[in-house]
Amino acid sequence: MAVAVAVDVRLPTLLRAQAGGKSTVTVKGATIGDVLAELVAEFPAMSGQLLNADGTLHRFVNVYVNDDDVRYLEALETPVKDGDEVSLLPAVAGG
Amino acid sequence: MLRLSHELYLQMVAHCISGLPDEACGVLAGDPDSGAVARCYPTRNAAASARVYTVDSKDLLWADRDAERQGTQLIGVFHSHTHTDAYPSPTDVTQAPDPAWHYVVVSLRDTHPVVRSYRIAGGAVEEESVVVLGHAAVAVAV
Repeated sequence: MAVAVAVDVRLPTLLRAQAGGKSTVTVKGATIGDVLAELVAEFPAMSGQLLNADGTLHRFVNVYVNDDDVRYLEALETPVKDGDEVSLLPAVAGG
Repeated sequence: MLRLSHELYLQMVAHCISGLPDEACGVLAGDPDSGAVARCYPTRNAAASARVYTVDSKDLLWADRDAERQGTQLIGVFHSHTHTDAYPSPTDVTQAPDPAWHYVVVSLRDTHPVVRSYRIAGGAVEEESVVVLGHAAVAVAV
């Protein structure tokens, strides 16, 4: 059973306005899914940019635990542990 | 307005050419107020395609952290169009995340690369000028 820990989340410029201008916020969770749910609970304006209506990770956001993109780990199930740093960045793509 | 040195301009264009036949991409760091580019980060195209690009997520994280260490921030992205105009495609417009960013398109369709820059907000595309600083004058023998 995973244990909820407090982790720092680095926010991209684009999301800082929705977090009162803060570049880093601390939230609790045992997995990335928990961390994002907690973020959305605290800053509801972020919800549409982080998660789809069905609760999956939005394709236009990259979420990292330390140096790794969670899409290459266990996505929202990726566990976080004490001292981990979570970073959010807009996914940059086009045609 | 996007302002960059001739060296950064060449670095950007060279990365686009070296990515052929696929589209190439990278991000730009600098001053969000003046549009002055301080650094160019060539990145991998995770889509490895001649039609679309995705800035490799690890390269993007690295560039973002490095820009922050240098006291700057990411202010834009560049990518190549291998066979079309230097104008944002419909995909570029729908996927442009940040109205404050500079969206640079490098067209490699013709003999000489064409570099143009845009702001994209709420689906509206507006071209901006690209100023290349310190471009060495070339003496032409008559």
